[in-house]
This record gives sequence, structure tokens and C-alpha cells, in this order.
Amino acid sequence: MSTVLSIRRPAAGYLETLLEGQPQLRASPLAWINALRAEAVRRLDALTVPTLQDEAWRFTDISPLTRLWVRPVRSATDLHAADIAKFHLEDATIRLIFVDGVYAPQLSSTLTDGGVLVANLSSADAAQAAAIKPHLSRHAAFGDNVFAAVNTAFLQDVAVIVVPRNLTLAAPVHLLFIATQADVASHPRCLLVAESGSNVTLIEDYVALQDGAYFVNPVTEIALADQAHVKHIRVQRDSAKAFHIADCAVSLGRSSNYQSVSIALGAQISRYNLNVLLAEGAECAVDGLALIAGSQLADTHTSIDHTQPHGTSRQLHKCIVGGSAHAVFNGKVMVRQGAQRTDSNQSSRNLLLTGKAQVDTKPQLEIFADDVKCAHGATIGQLDNDEVFYLKSRGLSDSVARSLLTYAFGAEIIDRIPVASLKRRLELRMLEQTGSPP
Amino acid sequence: MIYNDSKTLLEVHGLRASVNGVEILKGLDFTVKSGEVHAIMGPNGSGKSTFAKVLAGHAAYEVTAGSVLFEGKNLFDLAPEERARAGVFLAFQYPIEIPGVANSQFLRLAYNTVQAQRGQEELDPLEFDDFVREKMKLLDMSPDFLGRSVNEGFSGGEKKRNEILQMALLDPRLAILDETDSGLDIDALRIVSQGVNQLANRENAIVLVTHYQRLLNYIVPDFVHVMESGRIVKTGDKSLALELETRGYDWVAAERPAAAVAAVAA
Repeated sequence: MSTVLSIRRPAAGYLETLLEGQPQLRASPLAWINALRAEAVRRLDALTVPTLQDEAWRFTDISPLTRLWVRPVRSATDLHAADIAKFHLEDATIRLIFVDGVYAPQLSSTLTDGGVLVANLSSADAAQAAAIKPHLSRHAAFGDNVFAAVNTAFLQDVAVIVVPRNLTLAAPVHLLFIATQADVASHPRCLLVAESGSNVTLIEDYVALQDGAYFVNPVTEIALADQAHVKHIRVQRDSAKAFHIADCAVSLGRSSNYQSVSIALGAQISRYNLNVLLAEGAECAVDGLALIAGSQLADTHTSIDHTQPHGTSRQLHKCIVGGSAHAVFNGKVMVRQGAQRTDSNQSSRNLLLTGKAQVDTKPQLEIFADDVKCAHGATIGQLDNDEVFYLKSRGLSDSVARSLLTYAFGAEIIDRIPVASLKRRLELRMLEQTGSPP
Repeated sequence: MIYNDSKTLLEVHGLRASVNGVEILKGLDFTVKSGEVHAIMGPNGSGKSTFAKVLAGHAAYEVTAGSVLFEGKNLFDLAPEERARAGVFLAFQYPIEIPGVANSQFLRLAYNTVQAQRGQEELDPLEFDDFVREKMKLLDMSPDFLGRSVNEGFSGGEKKRNEILQMALLDPRLAILDETDSGLDIDALRIVSQGVNQLANRENAIVLVTHYQRLLNYIVPDFVHVMESGRIVKTGDKSLALELETRGYDWVAAERPAAAVAAVAA
């Protein structure tokens, strides 16, 4: 258990700051968790924070993050149910709440019936822990990923969802990550294991109760066994000064189905890496929307990897960029040798609202099989003048016409969210953000 | 209908307009009084649709000369949305599809904007829903069209009905219907025409831009104008449309005085 304490610090100055407090982390009763932490800390010895020289980060300068002096969360903020009631989603009654990365049992409502587990890792019994072990940090192995390694070094509270074979969870699971303190770093962690034929909807929701600068560094792993169905909605509505760098790894078993919608609204710099790995006959729909303004930067990197035949993937990623904001999209679709009959379609559509707004988009297709149907494309544009004129010819002012059309552009993605209360919430937020009439 | 005591709604004098530097309207004169129904006919490329878009204020068309007074005021002082609020309505030849904007929301925003301008009551979504459903009956439209995105996936005929529905809601003083009959089958043509006829009254006026006499069997014009090369070259009553249907447009040019032809050629 004490191995964690003896680990050397990595050399880089910023990482050192980031890892401050890691050695003081309370040892887990699970030896393999401590081993994972130790492995991550060791790996960090060899890793450095990416710069613009790294291909995967060439449009995303995270030096402002490295200048933010963050400390680990020393004392948990004491929140009451009333403080967070505004974040509740009416149709998502199972919820796990994490305050600055720390699990808040008094605010959460877990589920541990009939083999289902929706709880913090610490509540898992021995059998459940044994079921979790083969998955945690296996789908999102940190490898060269410095931020995933830092997350793993701080592995403690983990939102764990295990849905047994052929079971359908009727209500969505709401994971709410609330930032309450400035100048802290938190490392949220989530693992969803959907056993064969199971069906679950997961909402990953990042919110703030303050407007200071902080760093959120989540890692999410989702494992779908054969014929499992998972819907995954991710909403990043951090404060305007926040930094948010997230990884999500999804492994799809045979004939499983994964549908995700990720929405990026907040943070001064956000980055979302989504890696989806498909087995035979698996299907995924991976949609995204970044709605940013001011000097925000939102970067989405996705990889959809068809490793076996008969897989299907669909992706629609949209960015609405105002002010002097900057959106980045890099979407790679890989069709491996032998992944015959893959059917893949990827589209990146971008709306620039001002002359200073910027988009860098790069859809990529890499195909090593010869019997596939793959398409991809990207558009970058402004609002359509004929559409604006049509609305104005019916009496709508120029600004209302433009707001409405901007809203409509984003609504196509919001519409795909399968949870009515969340969808409505985001529609209102988007109306407000685009200045559209209700 | 022509009334003795009618007011002049629209006065166009010597209107010239260009698109991408090419002059399309070349000195057009045209007057409309309240209560009247006018039909503007003419061959392809004669400038009919350009005239309609210039009146609505489309930015792609540059007015280079002439004047347009709407109810005595300079129309060109008004932005497109101000013209709409003042009572100018253009039913588009090709209505724009707007994915993501619910038709009901669009119709209500447009209605309330115009109501506010007139100092009249705005309607909330529930009140508006009742109101618009009544208007839709006029055009034999299913309420399903309220929940769909504006014109998205509508057939040609459905789009045209949606245009006339907007006309019914906005209650304009001057409605310009740009080839509203194109793409309509006989049944749809009859329904749309009946809708337009019910909206016509002695306070407003309707300008039909059309290629075909067929429409004029349903909406009977008081005046028929022939447009050619950016000008109105002949005006008659409804019988002129029938004559055009049988004889085509060529004879109109042939019978005009040489001076007028020369002016057009210049």
C-alpha cells in the first residue's frame, strides 16, 4: 500500500505542480488501484505537456493552462441539495454527484439492485470490484497521453456503472461534476460496463457554481459487450475561465450500438478526445456541437476505428463560432484491413458568425480494406443570405433572423439528445446564447 | 376590383435595377390602387421576378434610378423587414427551406412582429396555435405543417400554400405573388386561388406575377400587364391574358409604336 508514497516526481515543472498532493493520496483498499496510480506516476516521468509542435495539438495552445497555478482539492466544499437543484434533470433520477472531483454521497442517489451498480468505486463489493478491474484503465490506457496519466495517478473516486446482461435501465444515469473552487485541479473518472444485451443512457455533465479558473481533467471509459446499447450524452458547461481536457474511450463489442452527443459550451480552452473502437457488426453515431464565443477555444479530436467487418459509423460534428473564438475538429475514421463492408459517414459543418472567428477542421479517412462505403466532408460558412432575407421579408429584424438561424444550425445536434429534460435545458441555453426569441 | 374612391398604394416611376452589374429593369412604370388585382405577364427574363424582389428589398438587386412610393412614402428608405411590417408581402417563387426552425415558431414570430408594429395584440404560443389552425383550414393545410421545419421537405405545392398562409397571417396591404401558380396541380391551384381571393379586399391589392393565363381563371385580374426587357410595354384587362395565351408575346412588340421599341432597344 505504501508503494505510492515512494514514487519519484516527474521532471517537468508544470507536471510537478499538477502532481502536487498525489503522494499524499489516501491508499486504496484495492491493491490494483494503487498499482495503476504508481504505473501512471512512473509513466509521467517520461511524458511532457504537449505544445503546438505536437501534431495532435498544433491548433490548441494550452500554455495558458500551464500558467494556471492549481492545487489539489484540500477540503471538499459542503454543498446541500438546494445548491445543486438547478442542475437536476427531471427524468434522470439516478445521479452521482462529484464536487471538484470528490464524490458527494449525501447528494447522490445510487442504484445497487439486481446486479446493477451505479455508485462510487468505494461502494463496490469484492465481486463488483473484480468485474471492474479488467476494464478500468484498459480502454483508456494512458500510454503517451499525459493528461490521462495524470488522471490515473489521482485515481480515487470513480463513477462506476455496471449494467448486467440483457437488462435495460429505464432512467438515464446522470453524472454531475460540479466545480466550486477556483485554482484547483480535479480528475473525474467514469467507467461504464454494459454487459451483453444491456441498454443504458449515460449523461456526463460538467457544470460550475463559480466563475473562476480551474482545471478539469476527466477520463471516461465505456465498454459495450456484444449487442449492448449505450447512449452517451456529454455536456461541458464549465465556467468561462475553466480549462477542460477530457478523454473518452469506447469499446464496442459485436453488434453493439453506441450513440453519443457531446456538447461543448463553456471553458476558455477545452479539448475532448473521443476514441471509439468497433468490433464486427457494431454501430456508432458520434455527434457533437461546439457553441463558443469571446476568446474561447474548443477542440474536438475523435477517432472511429473499424477493426472488423460490417461496422457502421455516423458522425456529424458542428461548430458555431462567434467573437474571436476558435474551434478545432479533427475526426479520424480508420478502416482496418479485413474490416470489409464497413459503412462510414462523417460530416463536419461549421458556422462562423464573425470575421475574427476561426475554425480548423480536418476530417480524415484511412482505409485499408477494399469493400467499404465511406464518405466524409467538411463545410465552413456563414449564415445563408437567402435564408436571412426570407425571414426579414416576413418582418423579422436582421438580428432576430440571424439568431434564429444560428440557433437552428445547432438545434440539429441538440435534437438528437434522447433525454427530454436535458434537451429542453440545452435548447433554452442555446436560445440565450444565440440571442434568439423564445 | 376597381373602386372609384380607392387610394394609391404603389407608384413606380422609371425604375431601373441591376444585378451583378447587368441592368434588368429599364425604366419601369407601374401604379397599383387599393382593391385592385394586377397580373404581370411576360416572357422569361423580362424582369418580372426581379421587380418582385426589388420591391421586397433583396440586397442582390441594386436600384440605379427611378422611384417607388408605397402609400406615398419612399419604399427604398425601408429595410426589407420594415417593408414587411409596413404591409408589403412577397410570396416567393422558391420559398426557402430553413431546417431547425419550426414553422409554428417562424409564423408566430412573423405574426407578432407585424402585430406589434400595428399596435395590435401579440399572441402567445397557445393562442397563436388556435389562430393559425383556423387560417390553415382556408388553405386545406394539415396542422402537421406547424411542427415541421420551415418548408423543409415540403412539396412544391405545400411550400406555396405555406406562402399564402403567411400572407393570411400578415394581412399585407400589397401582396406580390411571384409565380405562386408554378408547380401547382389543378386542385392545389384552386385551393391556393380560393385562399388568395378570400384575402383580397378593398383595402389591399394583389400583384400576380405569372407565366400562365391558367391562374387568372381563378384569380381574376383587373389589369393585365405585359413586361418585356425590363419595362411594362402593354396594359389591358383580363382579355389580354387570353390573347397572350393564344398569340404568344411576339405580337405585342410588333404592334408597339416604333418610338417605344427604340427606347427599349436603347
